Amino acid sequence: MGQFGIGQAIVREEDPRLLRGRGVYAGDVNLPRQAYALMVRSPHAHAEIRSIDSKAANSLPGVLAVYTGEEVAADNLGVPGMPVKWIRPDGEPMGYRPQPPLALGRVRYVGDPVALVVAETLDAARDAAEALIVDYKPLPSVTDTARTVDAEAPVIWDDAPDNVSALYQAGDAWATEAAFANAAHVVKRRFVISRVFAQYMEARSAVGEYDERDDRFTLYADVQYPHRVRQLLAEKIFQVPEQSVRVVARDVGGGFGTKGWQYPEHRLTLWAARKLGRPVKWSCERTEAVQADEHGRDNVTEAELAFDADGKVLALRVRTLANIGAYLSAIRNLLAAYTNVGTLVGVYDIPTAHAEVRTVHSNTNPTAPYRGAGRPEATYVIERMFDAAARELGIERTVLRAKNFIPPEKMPIRTPLGLCYDCGEFAANQEAALKMADYSGFEERREEAAMRGKLRGIGTANPIERSASPSPDFAEIRFTTDGTATILMGTKSQGQGHETVYKQIVGERLGLDSDSMRVIDGDTDRVAFGIGTMGSRSTVIGGSALYRAADKVIERAKPIAAHMLEASIEDMEFASGIFTVAGTDRTVTLTDVAKASFLPARLPPGAEPGLFESATFAPEDDTYPNGSHVCEVEIDPETGETNIVGYWVVDDVGVVVNPNIVKGQIHGGVAQGVGQVLMEQVAYDPDSGQLLSASFMDYCMPRADDFSDIAIVSNPVPTTRNPLGVKGAGEAGTVGALPATMNALLDALMPVGVTDLPMPATPHAIWQAIEKAKFG
Amino acid sequence: MSEITIKINGETVTENVEPRLSLADFVRDHRRLTGTHLGCEHGVCGACTVLMNGEPVRSCITFTVVADGTEITTIEGFDEDEPMKQLRKAFHENHALQCGYCTPGMLVAARDIVTRLPDADEARVRLELAGNLCRCTGYVGIVNAVLQVLEERRG
Repeated sequence: MGQFGIGQAIVREEDPRLLRGRGVYAGDVNLPRQAYALMVRSPHAHAEIRSIDSKAANSLPGVLAVYTGEEVAADNLGVPGMPVKWIRPDGEPMGYRPQPPLALGRVRYVGDPVALVVAETLDAARDAAEALIVDYKPLPSVTDTARTVDAEAPVIWDDAPDNVSALYQAGDAWATEAAFANAAHVVKRRFVISRVFAQYMEARSAVGEYDERDDRFTLYADVQYPHRVRQLLAEKIFQVPEQSVRVVARDVGGGFGTKGWQYPEHRLTLWAARKLGRPVKWSCERTEAVQADEHGRDNVTEAELAFDADGKVLALRVRTLANIGAYLSAIRNLLAAYTNVGTLVGVYDIPTAHAEVRTVHSNTNPTAPYRGAGRPEATYVIERMFDAAARELGIERTVLRAKNFIPPEKMPIRTPLGLCYDCGEFAANQEAALKMADYSGFEERREEAAMRGKLRGIGTANPIERSASPSPDFAEIRFTTDGTATILMGTKSQGQGHETVYKQIVGERLGLDSDSMRVIDGDTDRVAFGIGTMGSRSTVIGGSALYRAADKVIERAKPIAAHMLEASIEDMEFASGIFTVAGTDRTVTLTDVAKASFLPARLPPGAEPGLFESATFAPEDDTYPNGSHVCEVEIDPETGETNIVGYWVVDDVGVVVNPNIVKGQIHGGVAQGVGQVLMEQVAYDPDSGQLLSASFMDYCMPRADDFSDIAIVSNPVPTTRNPLGVKGAGEAGTVGALPATMNALLDALMPVGVTDLPMPATPHAIWQAIEKAKFG
Repeated sequence: MSEITIKINGETVTENVEPRLSLADFVRDHRRLTGTHLGCEHGVCGACTVLMNGEPVRSCITFTVVADGTEITTIEGFDEDEPMKQLRKAFHENHALQCGYCTPGMLVAARDIVTRLPDADEARVRLELAGNLCRCTGYVGIVNAVLQVLEERRG
């Protein structure tokens, strides 16, 4: 059915209710008799808790309870557990440091939860929180990643006196060493990638309910992985059967990887609800969010690239310190540090490489996947190295890159850091992007800008990332007696337009029209199974599962259709929602077959009534979305202010199910990459460890007037790794924007002698760099 | 506690409220109009924007007692509004929303732009939208939608 198929730029199904303010977000959930919870958090980066006096707090009107770490610990809630057993550089095992839901004796970052106040109203809870007396003994702290490993740095965990949690390696150290020894030229740089925070517009909420009539917990929360949350809460935390827990996430106001499964507030609201016999509602305020949630990125990298005399890359060597924060509660806190080390080699044909990551503790929040989860960081390193190498070798940046692209005929290729890229046209992408951006005309534009007293620069990047990593997800197509279908998905939309994309897939495969389908996700009582949405996996894995489920529907419907048309199954054809007896005009719609399926009298003998089919799909390997980004900027040297004057993307995300939605994902991803380069930062005072950027007054967010139009052209190279031929699209924009933007800034400032910039390159930082280059 | 009378989306309500109650919390918790969203509680992100006597205000930093005697329109009150119908259609056609959380406030701000600045160009639109943060879209679709409505209304 042409109207609703794959490849169509359909407008979104989700929009009508969201445009009228009828979305239902976690904070919009209100249950009868609910009580209101407030978290009291540490104002210190590192401190002993000497005592907590809750007498005054408890005596205030409307206060139902004031809980501290001891009460929670007494109920023996479990911890997530750690499946990987890494070791420290000294050979000792990596320490498992699960964060207690409320601190026990010590706090280790500004925001570390200390107490939970529950009251009849939020105002009563606020008043009680202010009356709570916590006696802290502040301790020295360290928040700066590079300084965590200094000999004199404060120690977070006594059995890791160097603050190193573990050592992770990939690649071949010996072969790489040999290649460097024989290199004609070695380029070496150090990069600092800042700590940022997802800053979804919807800060988190959790409404926990315990119903003693059926001994069940229900959690309403904005989570990206409802079934994983259920599993953790049941299996690990409360140690109850999984059916005793229900997790419901409806509309989610952005997630970007960070709305994960292990937040203390999920456990605490449920735990308090059971204790108090009333639902407990918690909503995070913005100034609390940076204190409460997991942060993103934050690493210091030293990279070396070895070249032969002709500018061909021989080897890559990378050493990274990755700041994972004060605690280590689950594998989730390590993912960004290691799972994407593989794409450090980028789209380049690098014969050998070695990467070493030391995860380090500091007095900061735990880190977790945030849009790209290590892939923007990896691409940043290799793309900045290419720009640096181009300058040192005297070869034009894009020419040096083109010299080193993996050619299409060499793929599939196993890279020296262990990944298998299946397909892509890297040279074609770069060529197309440079053309779109009129790269060859740039120097004229630079001159023209200089006449106006402005510094103009252009930067490129050719990102590649692994996405939709092998893990299963689930789709069910469930017809009802009226012939309409519910599509139940194990993934979880946070704004990506899943309702639309999934309807397109079913529309394409089964020919149903939009009005006869409804998409459901996010409710573990309605959807049998799922992993959730992260790592750009939903269309690839959820969509493929849905595609397979649709195939099963056709197979199940065929004998019923044959029976209804008094034909044999072999003669049945199916297209665009209609079964036809081959060579005739005798037809029956799938909708009518579905209705008939519930009427035993209309079924062939032995047929099972009803029409419901599900499929679970797990790909065998990752997909590799890739592309080429070009960013053009203009800097005012008097103020250091940067204007983005143009941004162009050629992207290969495989088959495009909905061009509008893919573009939207890339626009948003680019904005987050640009934001990190130009303005965003979770900042700490280096001496006190005090959080300096908790509010939007200090954490600078990109606005409409920070951007130009972002032009995107697709160059899809379908993958064979899933039945749809799609590659993940959700994070691609950020993976490219982080390096492309910084490369553009440095290109603009090169003529005035600036060779490096901090991240973020704020107007002040740029101005300072210009002045320093002038005056030394 | 103070007694206040406010007309919300055409309905007059009278209530006793605490002085510290924000208009956003009043609308969301007392009137259960949850379309107005809280993004920052300190007046920066614009998600909470509503109209007070026809002018956009940040309901998160407006005290309910200050709204006494005024007419408030929240996103739910624009179902039949002509400029808002144009904007909803344009937002829909231009993929100007993803998660939808900033959208109610963004629409109220956009409505103010298209009704107050009929000749705004792209640079002006971007400047006027700078008071509303969006984390999902990179603003491309939003700007295109507002420009589309401006052109429609001129033509």
